[in-house]
Amino acid sequence: MGGYLIRRLLLMALTLFGMSVLIFVMLRMVPGNIADILVDAAGIADPKEKAKIAHDLGIDQPILVQYGKWIGGLARGDLGYAYVSEQPAINEIAPRLPISGKLAGMALFFAVLFGVPLGVASAVKQNTWIDYVLRVLSLSGLSLPAFWLGLLVLMAAVNWFGEIPIYNSDPHGFLEDVAMLGLPAIVVGFRSSALIMRLTRSSMLEVLRQDYIRTARSKGASMAAVNFKHALRNALLPVVTIIGIEAAFLVGGLIVTETVFNIPGIARFLVEAILWRDYPIVQNLVMLIAIVVVTINFLVDMAYMVLDPRIKFAD
Amino acid sequence: MRLGLALAAVFFAASMTAALPGFAQKQGGTLRISHRDNPPSASIHEESTISVVAPFMGVFNNLVIFDPQRKINSPDHIVPDLAESWSWNDDRTRLTFKLRQGVKWHDGKPFTAADVKCTWDAVMDKGDEKTEIVRKSPRRIWYINLKNVATNGDNEVTFELGRPQPSFLSILASGYSPVYSCHVPGRTMRTKPIGTGPFKVAEFKRNESIKLVRNPDYWKKGRPYLDAIDWTIVPNRSTRMLGFQSGQFDMTFDSDVSFPMLKDVMAQKADAVCEARPQNVNSNILINRDSPPFDNPEIRRAMVMAIDIHAFSEILSQGHNLDGAAMLPPPAGVWGMPKEMLAMLPGHAGDDVAASRAEGRKIMERLGYGPDKRLEAKIATRNIAIYRDPAVILIDQLKQVHIDGELEPIDTSIWYNKIQRKDYQLGMNLTGVAVDDPDVNFYENFYSTSERNYTGYKNPAIDKLIDRQSAELDIEGRKKLVWEIEKTLADDAARPVIGYNVDNTCWDAKVKGIVLQHNSIYNGWRFEDIWLDK
Repeated sequence: MGGYLIRRLLLMALTLFGMSVLIFVMLRMVPGNIADILVDAAGIADPKEKAKIAHDLGIDQPILVQYGKWIGGLARGDLGYAYVSEQPAINEIAPRLPISGKLAGMALFFAVLFGVPLGVASAVKQNTWIDYVLRVLSLSGLSLPAFWLGLLVLMAAVNWFGEIPIYNSDPHGFLEDVAMLGLPAIVVGFRSSALIMRLTRSSMLEVLRQDYIRTARSKGASMAAVNFKHALRNALLPVVTIIGIEAAFLVGGLIVTETVFNIPGIARFLVEAILWRDYPIVQNLVMLIAIVVVTINFLVDMAYMVLDPRIKFAD
Repeated sequence: MRLGLALAAVFFAASMTAALPGFAQKQGGTLRISHRDNPPSASIHEESTISVVAPFMGVFNNLVIFDPQRKINSPDHIVPDLAESWSWNDDRTRLTFKLRQGVKWHDGKPFTAADVKCTWDAVMDKGDEKTEIVRKSPRRIWYINLKNVATNGDNEVTFELGRPQPSFLSILASGYSPVYSCHVPGRTMRTKPIGTGPFKVAEFKRNESIKLVRNPDYWKKGRPYLDAIDWTIVPNRSTRMLGFQSGQFDMTFDSDVSFPMLKDVMAQKADAVCEARPQNVNSNILINRDSPPFDNPEIRRAMVMAIDIHAFSEILSQGHNLDGAAMLPPPAGVWGMPKEMLAMLPGHAGDDVAASRAEGRKIMERLGYGPDKRLEAKIATRNIAIYRDPAVILIDQLKQVHIDGELEPIDTSIWYNKIQRKDYQLGMNLTGVAVDDPDVNFYENFYSTSERNYTGYKNPAIDKLIDRQSAELDIEGRKKLVWEIEKTLADDAARPVIGYNVDNTCWDAKVKGIVLQHNSIYNGWRFEDIWLDK
């Protein structure tokens, strides 16, 4: 096990190194840089002014030097200087992280809270009206665009309550968090819950057909024991995988919801930074998302061992 | 008799008292406005977008300003700001300002003439490199005639011009001409600027909000009325409209309500006050005169003959856009040519579009083009809806004269680079004119040496005419020269204008004192006369 962990950590480090090179190179392949944008946004293209800005920001240095400075700074915890706001990148990123974190966390919570039990219900009540209704619900969750759904929710809120639930100040406390982020979290979580519901259903159906389930029933185990203690635990493996994937997606995939509900999170900020070619912000945010995704994948793999004691990782 | 007079006096006083509450400005309150996107920075001198001017103009003062109580910016209605008075010398080459005393910057330091010199030296790239109060200057061409800024003590400053230029005062009156200080570095001006204006910047959170608070030491006593202004950055237009309808915002962003949306806004918010006004932003066609076959003036003429300006207006704004040439047409515009002259210009045929197009087709057929041999061209445009939409309409209209256009959307980050390098055949562009003044428009967009002369239009005769009108002191004589330039530009297809945008700005009925400027969107954002009636 120890050997596995070490190999795994080394692999994570290698993956992240590869990601850093990919991010760095892809960003510089996109036409235009911050000097172009700053000057062009003013409606001019003065080469002298651009060259000066490029020099001040250090983007006229050789590529390898720029990469080395970035990675070296990252290792020291120095995220560099944001080009557009002209302040340390950490000052821009840090306040936005908890906002997106809370939104993603709440969305995942709703997704699991509704997705898993409804998936179980749909499987247990297969081919009944409950199953049909839940399947339609899950299909709608997968097919309705989040942008459209979000706008519908906003319009409904304005029409029915005369209020628009958009983010307009930093919440203080858990209840204010829920009040401000609850609705957007449900909009985002709806799609994830649909996916989790469908996977839970199909996984449960497969498990419920197994011999040991029939044995448990014939031994007189209650429905609850059969479904939750025996069947669900075994059905959860692929569901945990998809929860992990959804969690990773949520970290950087909230752009639509953050735009519609006007939430100043990292997803919206990242898109803005890409449009401005604000390299320190983009590079560091994408690396952060990569770190989160790689870590979530690792935790999901570890969760397998908890769920299924038969699974062991070889040294 | 005495009783009669007394009764009359009482009646008069009572009627005045009844009228007064409607006109009594109230102190206090926070005005909440939605902002459509992130300002690239907070430094007005360095940027060219309403996204910067609207929120930050209230932080500064100018030397002089267009009277904010009038809808039309005109050289006849320029009022003092940091300058108490001004005078020209005999040959109109020296403009001297006597400055207001006792004015302080938001950090408490005194305002002096040196600050005026610093500002314009920086704009002309003669400034101190250490503080570098302005890093880039998109409007340097405005000051092509400014030779030096000289100070005489702390309270007098003189602008020395190379030749007479009556428009110079109008340029200084623009929202793009605030006075900066010598002691605040450019980085601060871009992030949390310091001015002398009625509002201070409390916070500028990118992607989130801009918060301004009242300047308690503002030199204009009793102003501003508002305690604060909150700009919330909401990139999604639907969310902005819903926010206004639900009362989260007291005012929409400038010109944010298109005509198709106006009905819905009024239906959802009965007490909304909405005003339509031209923005002095025109859609225009860029024709690369160095790119064959568009180097042929006949082909350029044929193109212009295909254009149906009214169709653009109907499709894009339900018929509300204004038809004009290089200058904004009257009554909103001070300098634009009258309607009867406009109708004679190519492309402004009105009801004779079919005849005009037939003539265009004849020209093309003479040059060897026809239904079976069509001219293919790329139409470049910025990849945002307000640019793409007219480009698509243009492609459709050019088909009428045997030209098959292909849309080439260009990312904003490289748009100006591309057109300045002349790396295009045809383009659809939008031009916002900061001041309704021929000097600003002509020098920026048509003068042969201007960086923003994107089509590379080089006409020495026009350059001479531009210089001549710039020095002309008689307004009526100057207008005639301006119209002559407009006609030549249209005949040369220098940058054919499709139309001037008209859109709506809305606010809650409790917001009082708003006077939108009808010939520039870049002026009138001081907010010092705005108050909330609640």
